[in-house]
Amino acid sequence: MPLGVGEVQGEGGVGPYKLALRRLRRNKTALAFGGIFVLIVVLCLCAPLYAKHVAHTTPSANHITDTIKVRGKTRDVVSPDGVPTGPTWTGKFFFGADTNGRDVAVRLLYGGRNSLEVGFIATFITCLFATIISLLAGYFRGVTDGILSRVMDLIWAFPVVILGIALGTSLALGGLDLGLFTVSGNSLWIPALIIGFVYIPYMAKPLRGQVLGLREKEFVEASRSQGAGNLRIMFREILPNIASSVIVFIPLMLANAILLEAALSYLGAGIQPPNPSWGNLIGDGLSLIPSAMHLTLIPGAMLVLAVLSINIFGDGVRDALDPRAEIRIEH
Amino acid sequence: MARFIVRRLLAMVAVLFAISVLTFLIFQVIPNGDPAVRLGGRNSTPQTRAAIAKDWGFDKPIWQQYGITMGKILDGSVVSYSQQINVEDEIKRDLPATLSLAIGAGIIWLGFGILFGVISAMKAGKFTDTSLTVLSFIGVSTPVFLLGGLVLWLFAYKTQILPAGGYVKLTQDPWGWFTHLIAPWLVLSVLFIGFYSRVLRSNILDTINEDYVRTARAKGLSERRVMIHHVLRNSLIPVVSLFGLDFAAVIGGGAILTESVFNLQGVGQYAYMSIRQLDVPPVLVITMFTAFFVVLLSAVVDIIYAVLDPRIRLSG
Repeated sequence: MPLGVGEVQGEGGVGPYKLALRRLRRNKTALAFGGIFVLIVVLCLCAPLYAKHVAHTTPSANHITDTIKVRGKTRDVVSPDGVPTGPTWTGKFFFGADTNGRDVAVRLLYGGRNSLEVGFIATFITCLFATIISLLAGYFRGVTDGILSRVMDLIWAFPVVILGIALGTSLALGGLDLGLFTVSGNSLWIPALIIGFVYIPYMAKPLRGQVLGLREKEFVEASRSQGAGNLRIMFREILPNIASSVIVFIPLMLANAILLEAALSYLGAGIQPPNPSWGNLIGDGLSLIPSAMHLTLIPGAMLVLAVLSINIFGDGVRDALDPRAEIRIEH
Repeated sequence: MARFIVRRLLAMVAVLFAISVLTFLIFQVIPNGDPAVRLGGRNSTPQTRAAIAKDWGFDKPIWQQYGITMGKILDGSVVSYSQQINVEDEIKRDLPATLSLAIGAGIIWLGFGILFGVISAMKAGKFTDTSLTVLSFIGVSTPVFLLGGLVLWLFAYKTQILPAGGYVKLTQDPWGWFTHLIAPWLVLSVLFIGFYSRVLRSNILDTINEDYVRTARAKGLSERRVMIHHVLRNSLIPVVSLFGLDFAAVIGGGAILTESVFNLQGVGQYAYMSIRQLDVPPVLVITMFTAFFVVLLSAVVDIIYAVLDPRIRLSG
């Protein structure tokens, strides 16, 4: 490979991202929790394999009248008075059953897949739109900024949960008709779109502030004097300078999106049953805590662990990208 | 100052108008959200529905319907579709529970948020800081309804120390009011304490290296005075702004999850019930009510900013 211009770097000329990566690699706690999150994602992606080869069931298959053998003893999956079995710690019903005799471990993995899918799509939507909106508003200022910022203020003045439930309830009933394609009411896209939408202002506002500052810098002027157009300046000059902020926001938004999805599903305005999600599973379990604690604790622990690991990893990413933060530890 | 107030008032009217239009539209686009069906019942004949639609003005163009509903909201005579109860009376009935929740929890989360943030920053890098950081991470990662459900089970079911949800008026039974609210206060506060203490910690660590802090130390001020008057005063600014928005949202019914888990019968729970029944008038009133508080408190926040930091001038 010929030596390109980009590769000619003086000694010690390490790019900011490479430096950040080095710092992140030294932060063992962040890496460990990042690993836990990846593990959770992989486990959830393997849900169909687990269901088929280990638990031999499906997420909505009903085993209410079955019995299972655990260490030589036979027990009902759901006892005659309606109490489901607790964790067996073996292949079938590893985490026990719910009141319909469904396998909690299988539903946990499928639910996780749904929750994570919604979280990732929502995060993608938030980051994409927030970046574009902040670039447009901060770069053009004036009327464009006025309109975009007022719309952001408007969404901001709505409490997130109320807006989420309102949209979730109305869209779950009627589906969404966008002309070119329609989304049915029980699709995962609906909670994903709603969550992605309601968090846009939280990210767009601070980014816009940065763009406002960057557009006055000399390199923007230099680029303009060379004849660069607005689009080129926005995406080739300013965007790389806000990229590290966008990266810092990604884990934060992912954690928030997963939590909001859980809240909406708990309130019945998120992922629609019989599709499982962590929020649904916890919501179904809460009223049964006295008799079947595992129905709440297992999805609850999984959700908290997933969100916690993203948060801690995200904090490590922020420290790595923002070197100012690390020198402030000791004074 | 007068200019500031006028501009803020105008902005508030604009936001309230826009919010009401948006809410109205969200509920208007629902294909099977026809309010005539809700009023007449599922088994009503098309004739009854048409009569209801005519009575309530559902057959008019949407902007006229909006005008009629807003007129009723402004003169206080708006009733809900599902139960036909006056919405504003209902909100007045639910408000004490929500206010009690918001004020109590607000004091707890601001107090502990600041306390933990300061301790964390002063002991930065030490064991205390690490443990508080871990706690705050767990706090921001735990859904309110999970925590609330577990707390209810532990204290109301298993040990029966606290009542199992519900709300008792302060004027009726102050001790009952306290025991009904202590769990919701703490559960609602956990998330905010975790969040605020982390924001404050990093602000303090940023401020502590400023020149004016070194100057304050150099002129021989006590560490305590430097921390409170120089460091904390400047570090609190972003926390004040967060608190204004969060507090407003909770007063306006944003604590739907806490109110539902503990069955507090507050504004948030009313909003939730109304949304589930696609009952537009209460949802409209509550969202406008919330937005009113958000705009009001963000103006108050700006005034507090100017008090905390004399360099900041009030502008619209």
